[in-house]
Amino acid sequence: MKRELLDVCVHCGFCLPTCPTYVTTGDEAESPRGRIYLMSLAERGETPIGGAFTEHIDSCLGCLACVPACPSGVQYNLLIEAARPRIEQEAPRSLGERSFRRLVFGLFPYPRRLRVAAVFGVLYQRVGIRPTRLLSRLPARVRALESLLPPVRVRDLFARTPRATPPAGSARRRVALLTGCAQRVFFGKVNAATVRVLAAEGCEVVAPRGQGCCGALSLHSGRDDEARRFARRTIDAFGDGYDAIVVNVAGCGSTMKEYGELLSDDPAYRERAAAFAAKVRDVTELLAELPPIAPRHPVEARVAYHDACHLANAQRITAQPRQVLAAIPGVELVDVPEAQICCGSAGVYNLLQPETAEELGKRKAANLTSVKPDVIATANAGCLLQIGRFTSDGTPIVHPVELVDASIRGAAAPKGG
Amino acid sequence: MALTDLRDKLVADLGRDGVIDDPAHLRTYECDALTGYRVVPALVVLPRDAGEVATAVRACAEHGVPFVARGAGTGLSGGALPTADGVVISLQRLRRIIEVDPVNRRAVVQPGVTNLDISKAAAAYGLYYAPDPSSQQVCTIGGNVAENSGGAHCLKYGFTANHVLAVDVVLPDGTPTRLGGDAPHQAGFDLLGAFVGSEGTLGVVTAVVVRLLHTPATVRTLAADFDSTETAGAAVTAVIAAGIVPAAIEMMDNLAIQAVNEAVDAGFDPDTAAVLIIELDGPADEVEERFAEVTAVCTAATRVTIARDAEQRARFWRGRKAAFAAVGRLSPNYFVQDGVVPRTRLGEALARIAAMADEAGLRVANVFHAGDGNLHPLVLYSEAAGEHERAEALSSAIAELCVELGGSLSGEHGIGTDKACSMPRMFSTDDLETMKRLRAAFDPAGLCNPGKIFPTPRLCGERPGPYRPHPLESAGVIERL
Repeated sequence: MKRELLDVCVHCGFCLPTCPTYVTTGDEAESPRGRIYLMSLAERGETPIGGAFTEHIDSCLGCLACVPACPSGVQYNLLIEAARPRIEQEAPRSLGERSFRRLVFGLFPYPRRLRVAAVFGVLYQRVGIRPTRLLSRLPARVRALESLLPPVRVRDLFARTPRATPPAGSARRRVALLTGCAQRVFFGKVNAATVRVLAAEGCEVVAPRGQGCCGALSLHSGRDDEARRFARRTIDAFGDGYDAIVVNVAGCGSTMKEYGELLSDDPAYRERAAAFAAKVRDVTELLAELPPIAPRHPVEARVAYHDACHLANAQRITAQPRQVLAAIPGVELVDVPEAQICCGSAGVYNLLQPETAEELGKRKAANLTSVKPDVIATANAGCLLQIGRFTSDGTPIVHPVELVDASIRGAAAPKGG
Repeated sequence: MALTDLRDKLVADLGRDGVIDDPAHLRTYECDALTGYRVVPALVVLPRDAGEVATAVRACAEHGVPFVARGAGTGLSGGALPTADGVVISLQRLRRIIEVDPVNRRAVVQPGVTNLDISKAAAAYGLYYAPDPSSQQVCTIGGNVAENSGGAHCLKYGFTANHVLAVDVVLPDGTPTRLGGDAPHQAGFDLLGAFVGSEGTLGVVTAVVVRLLHTPATVRTLAADFDSTETAGAAVTAVIAAGIVPAAIEMMDNLAIQAVNEAVDAGFDPDTAAVLIIELDGPADEVEERFAEVTAVCTAATRVTIARDAEQRARFWRGRKAAFAAVGRLSPNYFVQDGVVPRTRLGEALARIAAMADEAGLRVANVFHAGDGNLHPLVLYSEAAGEHERAEALSSAIAELCVELGGSLSGEHGIGTDKACSMPRMFSTDDLETMKRLRAAFDPAGLCNPGKIFPTPRLCGERPGPYRPHPLESAGVIERL
């Protein structure tokens, strides 16, 4: 937590209405301004790491809605990324807390382990009896784990992205796709749609083997060393020779764009990391860059687009997904109230801070369904899971690229589950 | 002892979740947006409704403990500065818009609702809430009532006082009551008038009935560049003298323009010495006619940019409204001053401020409500370079210059803690005694936001300014809790 970064905050409060935890609690310490104040106190040694400091830094979603809202240019992303490791290093957590974190961070970044867990989850879903009375008595965190599992088939869990997919016609770009960790297990169909759309738009799509987690979950939780390990492995697995590295998960994309800074102290990787980061593109960003060549068929749907925080705030990508969706004949894009407020997913936040996440999830679902959309679209796996959990009216929730895919294939809008 | 009892009572009545007493947590409430003054409160309470506010105030009164109401903490005069051994009553959980009544053109809102959210809720009916402080997306209506807040459009539409029909308040002894009412004219003493702008010293607001206006049929905005702030000031006087009442006339000088262009891509000419943002609103024909007159009056302008659409207009305003915080990009530290001069003396005031800045060897950025002579000079300095005292002296000298020119110590930010010591420059002892008697009629025990507005020997003996650790603190001998 660097003094010069902290001093940029002039305490004006313009961040307050954008902060999900401030909006829900009304507590100064649950706002970006309050958190920066606590960081500043800690930097001066006036408050210990732990206690209130840990509580209010842990409760930050890391949605970064405060960053575009700040007139002074505070780089809250850097501040929170510096504050979290302090807690991990200096403030011992309770045994229960440590065990739960070990479970989460030992599971989600590892597709094979996650797949095994998911198979049990799907079988459990198939039994069809949810012991509701028992569930309501389980701790909120376990309930959150239980109910996040989307309705998938066992077969879906094992879907694989082909190693290489040729472009339709001549190649305009040669791209590598991050297939993701949780993304690969739960959203194989989004990866499949991404490959089809990119190929149809003249991209040769490679899905490098041996890739794993990009490190986003670790980086956003203060586990810097682990994040760096994942980053190095990702860079190695991808190698060189691509025009772009395409990502269809907002949280992963924002982390991969930061690889340069993340590995800036590593002489062996510094330059490769910066070069890698410069090639990272969200899939909607790439599609907006490429003038469409594949014919689009109408998809008659009223679409509510939800800005994933790590796309809108961290990568400042708001126009491109809308542009890509609006280019589909028949699609009507509608504005959503409180669009800037996070859905509460925020990586693994919904598992670590389930109460706040639940409140935000319900609020987001209510705002989205209030505009009566036929389809909800959002470009991040976490948001898809979180919104899906709290949207009870059966409105389908898809990645924007799935709608583009449906349009190119002449299929109907994807159905919800 | 009283505090321990009070805490137990508040926890019992408001719940654990409604009372903050952790030392680190309390420190996040030690200042508002004027960070130079800091006092850690003994407790912070977060009531959920008017009943809990009354409960908290009554408990404080019964225990003889001072209390301060706080909204979003965006005040620039230290009006929400806590008292040591006192309680902060945060109104940030009272954020409901109770009713929008389009037929009677009014809304009933809780004090923690932001200024802008009232207009957002009213927009569905073609209505809006007129006063628009620059922090309108953050600041709350409760704070606006306390400070009688202004804003860019107050030139035409007036201040908060002109738009509040009634307030529900909890008096300093814990009694709930309503001031004002449905009838546009209330018989007897205007207690509502006394309450609005009382800076939280007469009670705590729990609901506000505000007047809503019809959204103007047409709005036209221009940005006129000038080669000096003096010629821009003269243009302001010329516009008003021509009998035109624009919705707003705002001025920014070159330093302010640089800051806002960088902060929000406002798109002003980075090389101009000063820019006037002039806005006219009303029926289309009238606006067109007046707009032509304004353009004609701005003959001294080097360039006039007329906002071509709502987007460009929004950019002008985004720039203007982000100006204070944006100056943080130009300078590590700065003071925001707030004073009023008679409009006809704007040019003179600006020239003298520039001369004073030169003499002090400091930069002053000017961004202000030119139409009503409400100056906001921002004195830029570097704490690290040891410029603090010079900057503080310059800032105070500018406020005193305003009084000397026949103006006022504050246009809209309030007296609060910051300017209490300057009050005798503007008011006689008799004036101040009379104000204190009014205050005592509401709050005989002096528990409600004490230490604000009126000079006190303790306050005026201390030096204001940004937080500087006490030497013993730096040496690790003592610590602030």
